[in-house]
Amino acid sequence: MPDTLVALYVFVLACFVGYFVIWGVTPSLHTPLVALTNAISGIVIVGALLVAGAESAGTTAKIMGFFAVLLASINVFGGFLVTNRMLAMFKKKRK
Amino acid sequence: MAISANTQALAYLVSAVLFILGLKGLTHPASARRGNFFGMAGMVIAIGATLLGNEVQSYGYIAAGILLGGVIGSVIAARVRMTAMPQLVAALHSFVGMAAVLVALGTYLNRSAAGLLEPVLMGEISAGIVIGAITFSGSVIAFGKLQGLISGAPVIFKGQHLLNAIIGLVTVGLAVWFATSEQLWALVVMTTLAFLLGFTLIIPIGGADMPVIISMLNSYSGWAAAATGFTLGNNLLIIVGALVGFSGAILSYIMCRAMNRSILHVVFGGFGGESETGGSAQATAIQKGVKSASVEDAIYWMEDANKVIIVPGYGMAVAQAQHALKELMELLEEKGVEVKFAIHPVAGRMPGHMNVLLAEADIPYDHVFEMDEINPEFATADVALVVGANDVTNPAARTDPSSPIYGMPILEVGKARHVYVIKRSMRPGYSGVENLLYYQDNCSLIFGDAKEVCEGLATALKGQGH
Repeated sequence: MPDTLVALYVFVLACFVGYFVIWGVTPSLHTPLVALTNAISGIVIVGALLVAGAESAGTTAKIMGFFAVLLASINVFGGFLVTNRMLAMFKKKRK
Repeated sequence: MAISANTQALAYLVSAVLFILGLKGLTHPASARRGNFFGMAGMVIAIGATLLGNEVQSYGYIAAGILLGGVIGSVIAARVRMTAMPQLVAALHSFVGMAAVLVALGTYLNRSAAGLLEPVLMGEISAGIVIGAITFSGSVIAFGKLQGLISGAPVIFKGQHLLNAIIGLVTVGLAVWFATSEQLWALVVMTTLAFLLGFTLIIPIGGADMPVIISMLNSYSGWAAAATGFTLGNNLLIIVGALVGFSGAILSYIMCRAMNRSILHVVFGGFGGESETGGSAQATAIQKGVKSASVEDAIYWMEDANKVIIVPGYGMAVAQAQHALKELMELLEEKGVEVKFAIHPVAGRMPGHMNVLLAEADIPYDHVFEMDEINPEFATADVALVVGANDVTNPAARTDPSSPIYGMPILEVGKARHVYVIKRSMRPGYSGVENLLYYQDNCSLIFGDAKEVCEGLATALKGQGH
């Protein structure tokens, strides 16, 4: 099976996982859900690292890679930390 | 100490599982923080495995990018106000979009330097660029609308859909042309048009539809990550992209359902802003006039009530009234009144916006209820207090088939014995529809800023002593 086809398999199956997992999320946590998905979509940083660090990368590619790493890092750090900040506020009744 | 490609792939698998468990954690507030930590762990493993792999050969630009991005991201996350979450999310979506575009362009340059271009790869690169660019410029517009930099009103002109369709078709055509011909100009024009398309797609959508737009762009950012995964042949990116893409898509669906509108109607509609007056029952109701009440009137019924249900809306967020509401809640509870909060799915500017603001004010989440849970309880409530919510309480959605919001599920506030609505003016809500609730016999309006009125209610309650 060619790689692209394997990738398609992975993609379609992951869509189903996403479908079932996300329907389970409680509506009261929808804002943290958006923030958390934001953080994990910062996974494009993996692509950015590969571009910025590639052996064949010229200066243009390296600069593009740098900015991609920068933007994705803002997402990763900003996303996870703000999600944590929000979730820390969700408390049960004390007493 | 480079790790082998197989070790790296296994690390990516662990990371993907952690992301899934992380999202699963959001099933309940009690497990949510652990879920977020799973997510962080997944990200650390993914980044670590990538850096240790033998594809990454130089670290200077990477270290600089992570360091700078980490500082910026951490500062923003620590400082942002909870009311500004929709803007922050829109900004972060735009970053994912732009990063996807840069990764696709950079990959093209690297592979072309190494002489490794082939049509399938270039098709995938094109997909990454197009989806990423649309996500970027669309999110920038959404950010501008939320931040008030550009008007939240829908911008509609003749031939808009035709224009979008033409731009879309030409963009796809250029992508195919680029994949088969390797013409650089096709890549450049395609990229430019994709940026333009994000702009023209989001600009016609009104402020009231922001919860849908945020969810939709959330979805796009996921698909952009997935497209990057296809480009790089990286299964982790594909999995995460699919998870995020579906998350956003499901949220869009939930938001649309809560407004009784189809996603196509939102995307092509340009709803909100224009005032649609007239219609059968409404006109007569307006003649009846509305009752206005003072803070003391409301307190009179609230302090002896068994149950008070508070309905917050975007007006509460604008006025920052959540802390005053918390005080009001505590004072009422001291008097033995049961206080509950009722949240409509599209209250606020993004999914779950109200819940976060109430949580920020330390209101326990077991006091906060979703529409379907709370609706049967309005009939047994002595007082319903509406704070800056409008369309989501409008009984016209149930009773008036000629109303533009007919069929939208609402909070059945009108069934409470007494209804008090805190409102700044008689202006209709975002839909431009007159709220029939205000003309019911059991409903009175308290005019004023939501925060000031809530503080006034709390002060009045304290003044009563025991």
